[in-house]
Amino acid sequence: MTDLIRIARQFIEAIPHARALGMQFESLGDGKAAISMPYDPRFVGDPATGVIHGGAVSALMDTASGAAVMCHPTAPTSTATLDLRIDYFRAATPGQAILARADCYHVTRSVAFVRVTATDGDESRPVAAATGAFTLDRHKGTGP
Amino acid sequence: MTIKRPEPVQVIKQRRDAALSGLLSGVPYIGYLGITFDRRGDELTAILPFDEKLIGNPSIPALHGGVTAAFLEVAAIIELAWGTLWEAMESGQTDTPAANAPIRLPKTIDFTVDYLRAGLPRDAYARARINRSGRRYASVHVEAWQDNRARLFAQGTGHFLMPQPPGSPAE
Repeated sequence: MTDLIRIARQFIEAIPHARALGMQFESLGDGKAAISMPYDPRFVGDPATGVIHGGAVSALMDTASGAAVMCHPTAPTSTATLDLRIDYFRAATPGQAILARADCYHVTRSVAFVRVTATDGDESRPVAAATGAFTLDRHKGTGP
Repeated sequence: MTIKRPEPVQVIKQRRDAALSGLLSGVPYIGYLGITFDRRGDELTAILPFDEKLIGNPSIPALHGGVTAAFLEVAAIIELAWGTLWEAMESGQTDTPAANAPIRLPKTIDFTVDYLRAGLPRDAYARARINRSGRRYASVHVEAWQDNRARLFAQGTGHFLMPQPPGSPAE
C-alpha cells in the first residue's frame, strides 16, 4: 500500500495542473481514489463569500476520477475524460479543504464509468457530485 | 423639442470595458487560470492563453480535463452575469456597475462537459449561448475551440441559479 501511495504521489507530481492546485492523494487502490485540495484564496470564485470556484472543484473531481480509472484491477495504460456531469449541491465552506472520492464502478473493453463525490469538513453534506465516462487503453491482448 | 445627441463612441466603449473588467477582476480564480475576454459590442469570447500549469497529461501533452471544465464554466457564468450587467448599463440604471456593490454571480446547479478531442498545448477560445434565461433559472451552452472555430475540442451545457434582485422575496 505504501508503494501504491508513492506511485500515486508521482502520478500527481507528473500532472502540472494537479500540482498547481495543491492536490494530495489520501488513498488509492482497486478502482477507488481519494484526493484532497487545500483551501487557497487564489481559487475563489465568489469574492463576496470567499467560496472556491466550481471549476477548481471540477478539476479535483476529474483528477480523482482519472486516478480511480488508472488503479482499476484491469490495469489500464492510459485514460482520458469523455464526459463529466457535475452537480453542485452547496457552496464549499471557505477555509476548508475539499476531498474528492472517486469510484470506477464499471469498465468495458474501452470505456470506464466513474462516480465521484466532493466533501468539505462536513462529511454528511456533500459539496458536489459527478458522474463521468472515461476512455480506457489497455495492454494488447488483455480485457474481457 | 431637442434631439439628444448620441454619446461619443469612446465614452460608450470605456464604460462597457470598465464594466467587463470590473466583473472579471472580482473573481480570483479567473485571474489564476489567466482567462481574459474579448468584447465586440455585447458579444464575448473567452480566451485561455496556454500555460504549463494547465497541463493534465504531460506525455501527450494535453490540457487538464478539469481546466477545460473550469474554462467552459467560467465562460458560461460570465456570459450570464454580463447579460444582466449589459441590460442594467444600457437602460441607464447603473453608470459604473463595477464601482457599486460586488456583482452577484449566478450559481452553477449542474454542468456537463463533452470532451471531443484532447486540448492541445496552445490558446483556447470559448463562446457561450444563453438558451433560456428565466427569473430564477438559466440554461447555457458553451463551445470551445483552439485553432479552428469549426473543430470544437469541448462543449458544455449547464443550468444556473440566477441571483435575485435586491429586495425581492427570499429564494
